[in-house]
Amino acid sequence: MLGSVTATAPLPRDAPVLSVEAPLLSVRDLTVHIPVPPHVLRAVDGITFDLRRGETLGLVGESGSGKTLTALALMRLLEPPLADLPRGEVLLEGTDLMRLSEVDMSALRGRALSMVFQEPMTSLNPVMTVGRQIAEPVVRHLGLSTRAAAARAQEMLRLVGIPDPARVAGAYPHLMSGGMRQRAMIAIALACRPSLLIADEPTTALDVTVQAQILDLLAELQREMGSAILLITHDLAVIAETAHRVAVMYAGRIVEEAPVGSLFTAPRHPYTRGLLASIPRIERNPAATLPEIPGMVPGPAERPAGCAFAPRCGRALPRCAEEAPPLAILTPAHRAACWNPADG
Amino acid sequence: MSAAIATPEGQAARVWKRFRRHRLALAGALVVALLLASALFAPLLAPQDPTLLDTALRFRAPFTDWRFPLGTDELGRDTLSRLLHGGRVSLTVGLVAMVTTVMTGALIGIAAGYLGGIADTLLMRFVDTMLCFPQVFLLLVVAAFVPPTLLSISLVIGLTSWMEVSRIVRAEILHLKEQDFVAAARALGASRSRIMLRELLPNAAAPILVAATLKVASAVLMESYISYLGYGVQPPLASWGNMLTNAQGYFDTVPWLAILPGAAITLTVMGFNFLGDGLRDALDPRLRMDP
Repeated sequence: MLGSVTATAPLPRDAPVLSVEAPLLSVRDLTVHIPVPPHVLRAVDGITFDLRRGETLGLVGESGSGKTLTALALMRLLEPPLADLPRGEVLLEGTDLMRLSEVDMSALRGRALSMVFQEPMTSLNPVMTVGRQIAEPVVRHLGLSTRAAAARAQEMLRLVGIPDPARVAGAYPHLMSGGMRQRAMIAIALACRPSLLIADEPTTALDVTVQAQILDLLAELQREMGSAILLITHDLAVIAETAHRVAVMYAGRIVEEAPVGSLFTAPRHPYTRGLLASIPRIERNPAATLPEIPGMVPGPAERPAGCAFAPRCGRALPRCAEEAPPLAILTPAHRAACWNPADG
Repeated sequence: MSAAIATPEGQAARVWKRFRRHRLALAGALVVALLLASALFAPLLAPQDPTLLDTALRFRAPFTDWRFPLGTDELGRDTLSRLLHGGRVSLTVGLVAMVTTVMTGALIGIAAGYLGGIADTLLMRFVDTMLCFPQVFLLLVVAAFVPPTLLSISLVIGLTSWMEVSRIVRAEILHLKEQDFVAAARALGASRSRIMLRELLPNAAAPILVAATLKVASAVLMESYISYLGYGVQPPLASWGNMLTNAQGYFDTVPWLAILPGAAITLTVMGFNFLGDGLRDALDPRLRMDP
């Protein structure tokens, strides 16, 4: 059934990051600066990254670090008054999404790039059957007949591991559990076989056991369809399990980017180190307190002139308070924005 | 997992269960059903031709002559037949006006609520302006220029009473459009019009349905007003409103001529109102009753 798709070979998790192949998605200096007089809220502040076919990039950060806003900006889904704020380049297969008209962009949404949202309980239309919700974009984008689209809907439900797809296709969302709804959401998002899937906290609202199932499902579908996935989460465990590469966001910027292996074993940015140190571990001595990063994420108004993390950083130098560090290449695969990075 | 999936009929069954507990609503539904049936089968049920004059048989009292069960009017026409045929007219006006009202109100409400900004401001100020005029006054002004036919009366009533519906729908849409499934639909490339008509409108069906039943009642009442004032349904065609007009000259001597159409109007309005109330309670998801 997937014969029409050229399946990309699964990437090994430790694949080298540099590649001659042109990236599927190339984001250059994406900013979303929100004017909130008398300040300018630099919610997304110059983000640059690439994503290859069949690759999963984890975008990780605390609440308010700009992850979701980045995703919505990529999809051009920001509503007025934010709609016209994103700046920069978002090249998807060579097309700059930021320059497309709304009509052209609508034609790509759901077909070339698609999105799965955090809340499966509210992301499905409560008064439309699940089958129709999968079939409608298929009819719209691929021009299939209603009957063929209904067949595709059942096939997608089966593909995302829902038993008795014929029955579920005719059911309304309120009859389904959270995990099943998220499976249905994934079926909807992938029904037109987009080359890019943006998954914004796709497992946050689910039970831990269901989380693992959904992550496995995403990885499996990725192997089958060759889609690239931008996986947005605040949960490092999710990243460790699913992503090939990780970009850590802090206060609207990417502070470190590395293959998942080296990020976990040899983090260079002090913020990433702090994040990793604060994960509870079973083998940790229970009497010891969980380390935390001192201080709070600075509000957009009180963001320092230099590195946004400097006030909370144990390794800060005088320079950090004055000048924001660029995202520097440390090794060919590892980048970090820090004047005083930790040793690898 | 599949055992957790109930049949799609589950929701309708729950609504019916809640509706059934509402005694007045059930009575209302019964009255409405009887009225609709009597209007539908009026030509079969009516014992006489409603326009047949016989001045020799004027002012028969009800229950005195088996040929005229509810008596005759000032021109000797059978009151029961006129009530049945008048009900046809009144209910037709009520239903057509309701459809006009709901369609206009829903479209304007959705557009204002979903598009927001300038469109919202303009549309809602237009609604405010329309609401400034008393409806009867608007109706009479329009009726002075438009020749009264069944259709024109219905449309005029419909086009002067949609404002409440548009406010209800707008409020509902303002709440609905913030829901995740609207963002999800956009993420799948749905256009604005598709989101308004396919995603938002069906979700606002419950309040629209309730408003619709209540609007039938008010349109029947409106038709009676303007027919009573002489601008509505024209004789010899019977409507409950113009039957009242004809009866007013004889109110002191033959009160049943006014009481009967008056009672028919009251019954209809009450029936639809109770039905609407019951639907509102049954469809409101916030009123969670235990199964």
